[in-house]
Amino acid sequence: MLAYIVRRLLYALPILIGVNLVTFALFFVVNTPDDMARMQLGVKRVTPEAIEKWKVERGYDKPLLLNAEAGGLASVTNTIFFEKSARMFVGDFGRAEDGRDIAREIGGRMLPSLAIALPTFILGLFVTITFALTLAFFRATAFDFWGVVLCVAAMSISGLFYIIGGQYLISKVWRLVPISGFGAGLEAWRFLILPVVIGVVSGIGSSTRWYRTIFLEEVSKDYVRTARAKGLPETLVFFRHILRNAMIPILTGVVVVIPMLFMGSLLTESFFGIPGLGSYTIDAINAQDFSVVRSMVFIGSVLYIVGLILTDISYTLVDPRIRFE
Amino acid sequence: MMGFQIVVLWSDVLIWLLVAAGLGVGVLIAKNPPLLAAWRRVGANRVGMASATVLLGFILIGLLDSLHYRAQLESKPGQKAAYAVEVLSVLDALASPLRSRNEKTYSEPFATRLYAKETIDVPGQGTVRDYPRLKHGGKHLGEREDDVVEDAGFTAFKAGVLAFVGWLGVFGAVATVNRKKSPKLKLREAAFAWDAVLLTLLLMALTLVPLFWLAGQYHVFGTDKVGQDVLYQILKSVRTGLIIGLVTTLVMLPMAVLLGIVAGYFRGWVDDVIQYIYTVLNSIPGVLLIAAAVLMMQVVIDTHPEWFSTAAERADLRLLALCFILGITSWTGLCRLLRGETLKLRELEYIQAAQAFGVSSWRIIVRHILPNLMHIVIIALVMDFSGLVLAEAVLSYVGIGVDPTMTSFGTMINNARMELGREPVVWWSLVAAFSAMFILVLAANLFADAVRDAFDPRAA
Repeated sequence: MLAYIVRRLLYALPILIGVNLVTFALFFVVNTPDDMARMQLGVKRVTPEAIEKWKVERGYDKPLLLNAEAGGLASVTNTIFFEKSARMFVGDFGRAEDGRDIAREIGGRMLPSLAIALPTFILGLFVTITFALTLAFFRATAFDFWGVVLCVAAMSISGLFYIIGGQYLISKVWRLVPISGFGAGLEAWRFLILPVVIGVVSGIGSSTRWYRTIFLEEVSKDYVRTARAKGLPETLVFFRHILRNAMIPILTGVVVVIPMLFMGSLLTESFFGIPGLGSYTIDAINAQDFSVVRSMVFIGSVLYIVGLILTDISYTLVDPRIRFE
Repeated sequence: MMGFQIVVLWSDVLIWLLVAAGLGVGVLIAKNPPLLAAWRRVGANRVGMASATVLLGFILIGLLDSLHYRAQLESKPGQKAAYAVEVLSVLDALASPLRSRNEKTYSEPFATRLYAKETIDVPGQGTVRDYPRLKHGGKHLGEREDDVVEDAGFTAFKAGVLAFVGWLGVFGAVATVNRKKSPKLKLREAAFAWDAVLLTLLLMALTLVPLFWLAGQYHVFGTDKVGQDVLYQILKSVRTGLIIGLVTTLVMLPMAVLLGIVAGYFRGWVDDVIQYIYTVLNSIPGVLLIAAAVLMMQVVIDTHPEWFSTAAERADLRLLALCFILGITSWTGLCRLLRGETLKLRELEYIQAAQAFGVSSWRIIVRHILPNLMHIVIIALVMDFSGLVLAEAVLSYVGIGVDPTMTSFGTMINNARMELGREPVVWWSLVAAFSAMFILVLAANLFADAVRDAFDPRAA
């Protein structure tokens, strides 16, 4: 098992290098640092000196890949690629436009992100799986039909509607919870409850439908018939046999997102003014802070790959048939 | 007769190319019995056909909005003809009353007065602070301002009756044709779900005809901050949504199909390379990759203002770039599916037989593998559409969507979002945009389900 995990981690390395190269190409080759400087300083009436100064301040004045002037090892290390891209592997993300250290900022913002994302994730999973299981239990009845209709309608509604509508109705008209903001410690729950509820509700449509299909696929299998034939009550068939076997396909989609919870939700966080990584990213996009966006891309990829590895490991735990050589 | 100059935007080219491709595929399908049978199953699906009717309505609006021109300016005889800077479409011409009748600022649906109080000069009474009358909305009422409900109700009724009569004509035509083709079958027993189509048409006629009729006299969905009719903005948003939903898949399709099949068929190092590429792209969270790419695109566009002669052109190119970026980030799923299916197919006897006969690899791929993957491609096409339309709204909110000057559901929502904080609430733009988007996406989702049910061999 340990050997397998180590090998998977080693496989992840080339992929991360690939991600790094893609972002490097996007941020430094498609647009030269000169273009970025001109963009940041305003396109018109910008002097070459101002551009040069901007580049030197941010360390963009070095050659892209190979520094011929510096000798020896420095010819590789004293470049934009090494300074800006390769260093991300050791958690050095450099500084944002406002001069703050990105790595520290990210560390401080993980917790608020998690405070929203984790309850949403767990509650959402519980609600949708329960709903889907109920629909599958009453399959081919009017209840199932209208449940599916409801799901299709719910997934056709824009996610923005849930947020804007919920915020308007619950915070503005009914004045139940604050409209946005974030508090420290236990006081935070008042700010968290609305985004969590909205997050759960907006996910119901598509996830319920997806889980229902999985359950229905299991229902038609032979082992279910056997279980019924030996006289098990339908509830037991569902909870002991179908739910357990359906966990395998469900895990594929679910475990992979767990590490991504650290990233937070872009929309929810920025609408509710929660100082997490999601709103950090949106602010960076709006301020065109390239170094922050680049760092978030890298971190997101790392977390995604961790999620893939976790998925594979979780398979062995739920399905004894799967063994890793 | 005013002259005009035809303007062809890049997105117009692509959208008409798509129409041509759709017709071409239609001809191919007619020659391929299994695919034709599957489409017949779609045609028999009542929900599928009802949603297809609604979608066709949206597509019609989008196509009318994809024929662009620049109107000729009035000039003295002998002078060289000059053309307006503004690029208009056939839809703009048809809806010119909606486009040109702007108010000063917000006004509620069916309002006759503005949303905000102003100081008005009343002849004989000096200045008064009151809600000023709208310049266009309910103008025909004159002094009978309070009769809006009565007047609008009567007009709607008139239009509804006319629409019903028109629909009866269509109904009669369909019924006659159906009786000639298959005398024994009733309409609801026909192989094609005519009953669903006709019912949808009736509902559409009964809502849309009165709506557009009234739109000539009132602002049926109200007006926005700069006094523009919200209904007009909704009509303009349709094209943007369609382009995002359709052109994106068009961009990613060739790449996904080619790489997926090649990886599955040749295996070995080719497979390794392709798998590596899509794993890398897949590892970057979609929104972030899109954000990074769009930011970079913005830099390119902003540093090269000389590339675009009109603002419409710049917005158009930005829209296409967005489609391209969305396509690049979303082809991996389809590619992986196709690779897996090809891996299975290439082990089948008929492929092995073709290989034994010495048929070239490319011929095997085109003749024997590609046709057997068509159902996956078609399902992916229709399933992606609704997601992309929804994504556009979110991306526009984040600030990485379409050009802010381009009307889309996303920019409408984004502009209207802040108005909920006003007192009294300005709700109409937001509600109209969300409703229109909901209808489009719901129809697309239901149609996608019908297509999937008909094409997926597992579902049968």
